Amino acid sequence: MDGWIVNHQAIEDSNSLAMLTNEIVKQRLTEKFTEQVMNFQEPYGMLTFEAPKEMNLKVLNFLFDDEELRFRFLTDLQAVHYPDMIGRELAVVYHLHNLIDNVRIRFKVFTDIQQPDVYTATGLFSSANWMERETYDFFGVNFVGHPNLKRILNVEEMDYFPMRKEFPLEDQSRIDKDDEMFGRG
Amino acid sequence: MSRPVSYNLNSKPMENDISMVGMPDGYQGEGFFATKLNDVVGLARKNSIWPLPFATSCCGIEFMATMGSHYDLARFGAERVGFSPRQCDLLMVMGTIAKKMGPVVKQVYLQMAEPRWVIAVGACASSGGIFDTYSVLQGIDQVVPVDVYVPGCPPRPEAILDGFMRIQDLIGKESLRRRNGERYKNLLESYGIQ
Amino acid sequence: MIEHGHIKLPEGSIEKTTTTLNLGPTHPATHGVFQNIIELDGERIVSAEQTVGYIHRAFEKIAERRPLYQITPLTDRLNYCSSPINNMGWHLTCEKLLGIQLPKRVDYLRVIIMELARISDHLICNSIVGVDTGAYTGFLYVMQYRELIYEIYEEICGSRLTTNIGRIGGFERNFNDIAFQKLEKFLKEYPKVLKEFINLFERNRIFMERTQGTGGISADRALNYGFTGPNLRAAGVDYDVRVHTPYSSYQDFDFKLPTGTTGDNFDRWQVRNEEMWESLSIIEQAYKKVQEFKGKEAEVFHADVPEYYLPEKEDVYTKMEALIWHFKIIMGETKIPPGELYSSVEGANGELGFYLISDGGRTPYRLHFRRPCFIYYQAYEELTKGGMLSDAIVTLSSLNLIAGEMDG
Repeated sequence: MDGWIVNHQAIEDSNSLAMLTNEIVKQRLTEKFTEQVMNFQEPYGMLTFEAPKEMNLKVLNFLFDDEELRFRFLTDLQAVHYPDMIGRELAVVYHLHNLIDNVRIRFKVFTDIQQPDVYTATGLFSSANWMERETYDFFGVNFVGHPNLKRILNVEEMDYFPMRKEFPLEDQSRIDKDDEMFGRG
Repeated sequence: MSRPVSYNLNSKPMENDISMVGMPDGYQGEGFFATKLNDVVGLARKNSIWPLPFATSCCGIEFMATMGSHYDLARFGAERVGFSPRQCDLLMVMGTIAKKMGPVVKQVYLQMAEPRWVIAVGACASSGGIFDTYSVLQGIDQVVPVDVYVPGCPPRPEAILDGFMRIQDLIGKESLRRRNGERYKNLLESYGIQ
Repeated sequence: MIEHGHIKLPEGSIEKTTTTLNLGPTHPATHGVFQNIIELDGERIVSAEQTVGYIHRAFEKIAERRPLYQITPLTDRLNYCSSPINNMGWHLTCEKLLGIQLPKRVDYLRVIIMELARISDHLICNSIVGVDTGAYTGFLYVMQYRELIYEIYEEICGSRLTTNIGRIGGFERNFNDIAFQKLEKFLKEYPKVLKEFINLFERNRIFMERTQGTGGISADRALNYGFTGPNLRAAGVDYDVRVHTPYSSYQDFDFKLPTGTTGDNFDRWQVRNEEMWESLSIIEQAYKKVQEFKGKEAEVFHADVPEYYLPEKEDVYTKMEALIWHFKIIMGETKIPPGELYSSVEGANGELGFYLISDGGRTPYRLHFRRPCFIYYQAYEELTKGGMLSDAIVTLSSLNLIAGEMDG
C-alpha cells in the first residue's frame, strides 16, 4: 500500500527536475507499440495520443503495469461526437493520472458510429463502470464486456442517444414554451 | 463610502408581547361565541400545517435555511415536518423535477389524504426554470394540481415564508364543501386522478 | 431491467430468501434524490443496487449552446452547497484556455471565497451525519453560521446560494469594507462554534459506536474506484489538487492535509472537521496578505482583459472601444481560441474537473464535468455489504452525496 501514498518530496522534485516527462512517456509508448500509437500532441501541456480501438485495453494495461509509467488512476472517461469525420465519429477519451509523479495524459480511441464497439475498462478500473454507462447513455458507445450496460441518467424507455449532435436540446413535445420567442422557431 | 456594519441598532418595540392569531368574526355573549364553522376549522387548519418537504435540489438547501433558527418556519405552526405522505397536509416541492421523477411526485400526491395542498417552490418546480431540456419536466403542474407558486432561483427564505403565508390564506378561507364539489372533481379528472 | 427476485440464502440463515427494501428517491435519510434497492437478510445487507438520474438536467448539452460566461450559472447548480468553488473552477478553466494571467490580489480574494465555500459544505455534511444518528441540535447551531457566510457572499455578488460569483479575469466588484467587516466577524466567532460542535459529538459514545468501523474502505480499493477529496483522504491517501497542481496561488499558503487510516465514517467525519480548521487558517493567511496591498494595488480586482471582462458602465457611455467590447461580449461574439483542455479544482467532495473542447466558435464544442459524487457513489455497495441497515444510512450521509452534482 505504500506505493499509493503520495510522495510530496517527489512532487517537488518532479516539478523542479522533471523526472517523468511527456517525452519519456511518448518514447516508452512508441517503443512498445511502434506505429499503432499515433497523433501525439501536447495541448496546454497534457500529452494526448490515440490508438486503434482494438488496442485500448493493451495500452491501458501497459500504462498501469509498467513500473516507470504507473498511470494507475482513471480521472475521467467520456466521449465526443464528431459528425464530420466519417468512419471516426465517436471518440472515447480516457484521462489518466500518475499520482506518484504527478503526470497526466489523455488517450483517445476513435470508433465508427455504425458499429461503436469498444472494449470495457472495468476489469482494470472499477470507476469505469458508471462512466461507461453514462457514455453509453449519451452517445450509444457499446462497451463490450461491461457487466451491466444500461442507461443510467436518462429514463429507461428513451430510444435515442441525446448528446449526439443531431438531436435538439429542448423537448419537442412541450407546449408552454414558444420557440418563436426564443429565436428558435 | 463605507458605512459601519450595524445589526438591529434601532430596536422597535413589539406591538404585543406575544403575537396571537386574531379571532374570527362572530357574535359573542356571556359564555358563548357564535361564528361560522368554516372560519373556525380554517383557523385551526392554517396554523398547524404539517408540511412534507419534497426537496430535490438547491431550493432544498434554502428550505433548510428557512427551517433553521434565523428564518424560523416553526413560528407558523409548521414545526413538525413529516416524510410520510399519509400524515401530511402540504406537499412542498422544492427543486427541479426531472421526467424520471414525475411519476414519483404523482405517487406521493396520490398517497396524501384530503384536504391536501401543493406549493411549488422555485423556478424549476413552477415551470422548468433555466432547464429547458429534454429531461426536465417543465413545471410540476404537468402532473399535480398546484395551489401556490413561489418564484426565485432559489427564492430567498423570506419568499418561501411569503408563499407559505399565501397557503395559509387559502386554507383559512377554503369552503368545507370544496373537496366534494364538481369543480374540484373536474380539476382532478384533468390530471387523470380519480 | 434486472429482476429483483429474492436471493436464496444459504442453509443455516435465519430467513430463507432475502427481503427487498426500496430506499427510494423520496426518503428522509437520502439527502437528495437517488434510489437504493437493498436486499436484506434480517438486518444485514446482502446486496445494494443504486439508481441515479432522478434529477438529470442535461448540463453538458445545455453548455454546448451557451457562450462562456453564461455557463457559470450552470456550474453553480452542480454542487449547490459550495457553489463558489464550481464557479471559480470554471473561470480558471476559461482563463487557462484564453491565456489570462491574474494579479495576486485577485488570487488571494478567490482563495478566501473558495475556502469559505468549503467550510459551508463541510458544515452541512457533518451536521447531517449528526442528524442521521439522531442528534438534531448540532445542525441548528451551525446553520446560524452558514447564514454569516451567506451574508458575506451577498455583499460581493448579491446572492446567497447559487452565487454566480466572479467573472473571467476576476470579480465583478471590489470587496467593500462591509464585506471585510463581516469576514472579521466570522473569523472571530466561528472557531468557538466549531469547537462546541465538535465537542458535542467527538467523544459521545453513541456517535462513536455508530460511526467507527462502519462503511470502511481500503486505500487501494478507494483509488481503483476513483475516490478523491475527503473520502480518499480518510482512507489514507493524501491527494489534493490544491497541492498537486496548485491553482490561484495556493502554493503561497501553508496548510496541512489531514488523512485518516481506515476510511470509515468516523474518519471521514474527522477529516472534514480538520479540513475546516485548515480552511480557517488559510482564510486568515489570505486576509492578512490581502491587507498588505496598499494604495493603487488595493483597488485591483480583475485582470486587464477587455475582450472578456465587461468594461465599466461609465466608459461604455463615453468611450468607443468600451462600447464595442461591451456589445461583443454581451452578444457572445468574442472568439475563443480552438483547443482542448482539462482543468480541475479541489471541490468540497473531490476533484471537480472540466474537460473543454473549443472549435473557435462562440460556444464550446464539448464540455464535460468530471463530477466526484457520481464516481464515488459506485462504491456504495462495497462499503455497505455485510453491514447493517442503520449503518448503511449513516454511510450514505457521510459520503456527502449531492444529487445535483451526481446527475448533472
